[in-house]
Amino acid sequence: MKRLWILGLVFVLGLSACKPRQSLNLGGGNRPPAPEFALTDINGKPLSLAQYKGKVVLLDFWATWCAPCKVEIPHFIALQDKYGPQGLQIVGLSMDDDAKPVVKFAEQMKINYPIAIADEKLAAKYGGVLGLPIAFVIDKEGRIVHKHVGETAPDVFEKEVAELLR
Amino acid sequence: MRRSIKVVFCLILASAAALAQMADPTANAQITPQALVRIMQSNQRAKLLILNVGPHVLFAQAHIDGAEFIGPGSDPRAIEVLKNRVKSEPKAKQIVLYCGCCPWDHCPNIKPAFEELKKLGFTNVKVLYIANNIGADWVDKGYPTTRGQ
Repeated sequence: MKRLWILGLVFVLGLSACKPRQSLNLGGGNRPPAPEFALTDINGKPLSLAQYKGKVVLLDFWATWCAPCKVEIPHFIALQDKYGPQGLQIVGLSMDDDAKPVVKFAEQMKINYPIAIADEKLAAKYGGVLGLPIAFVIDKEGRIVHKHVGETAPDVFEKEVAELLR
Repeated sequence: MRRSIKVVFCLILASAAALAQMADPTANAQITPQALVRIMQSNQRAKLLILNVGPHVLFAQAHIDGAEFIGPGSDPRAIEVLKNRVKSEPKAKQIVLYCGCCPWDHCPNIKPAFEELKKLGFTNVKVLYIANNIGADWVDKGYPTTRGQ
C-alpha cells in the first residue's frame, strides 16, 4: 500500500514538473532597456514602445494558435481595466502569420489594449520567441524588469505591475 | 489483498494507456528529440524527411537542420502544401513531422498533418514529441539548428 502512495506522489510531482513556466526577475540595477519597435496595430494606428514612456508596460507575445496564451488574455483585459487609470499599458504582439484570426479574436474577446502583428526580427530583438506565451514587464523608464515564459498566474502579473506603479 | 491491489493498479494503467491512444492518434508514432538527433547523426540521415508543420514566424527564427517548411497543420492550405510535397515520395518514406509552437497537449498542428499522411498511406511517419516548445526542447539543448530563414 505504501508503494502505491509513493507511486501516486511521484506521478503528481511529475505532472507539476511538466508545467513549462519560467520567470526571470531582472530587477535591481541590471534592468536592460526594452528593445524599441514601431508597428501598426490591427486597427491601423501606430504602435511603438516609445509612446508609452512613463507608463508601466506589460508586453505580451502571444498567438491565436497558442492555447495557454488565450487563457491569459481575459486576465490581461481585467488588469488593463483595473490598473490602466494608474498608468499600466498592456500591449499585445501577436506571432500569428496572418492578421485575420487576430482581428477576429480581439473582437470576440473585446480586447481593451492595442495589438500588432510581430515578426521574427522583433522576436529576435527580444531574445527569440520560440515558445509562447512570453510576457515582459517593463518599468516607467522603458527597462525590462520581469520576463515570464509560459502561462503565468494572474496574481503574479498583478503584484509586479502594482509594485512598479507605486 | 496485495495481489488484487496490483491487478487493479495494472488495469487502471492499461485503461489510461488505451484512453491516451484514443485521444492522441500519434501516441505510437512519437519520437523524442534525443532519438531524432541520433538518427540525424547516423548514416540514416539522408533517408529522412523532416517537415515543419508549425507557424512560419517560429521556423524563420530557428528550425531543425534540414527541415522543410510546410505551414501550420491546422491550416487547410498547409495540408494542401503537405500533400503536394509528399506526392512523389514512396509510401515507406521515413518522415518526421514537428511543430513545437506550444506544449504538446495544446499543439493544434501535429495531429492534422499526421492524420493526413496516414490517410495518404504513408507507413513510416513519426512525430517529434516536443513537451514544451521548440525553443526549450530543441534549440536551447544545443541540438542541430539552423537559425534564420
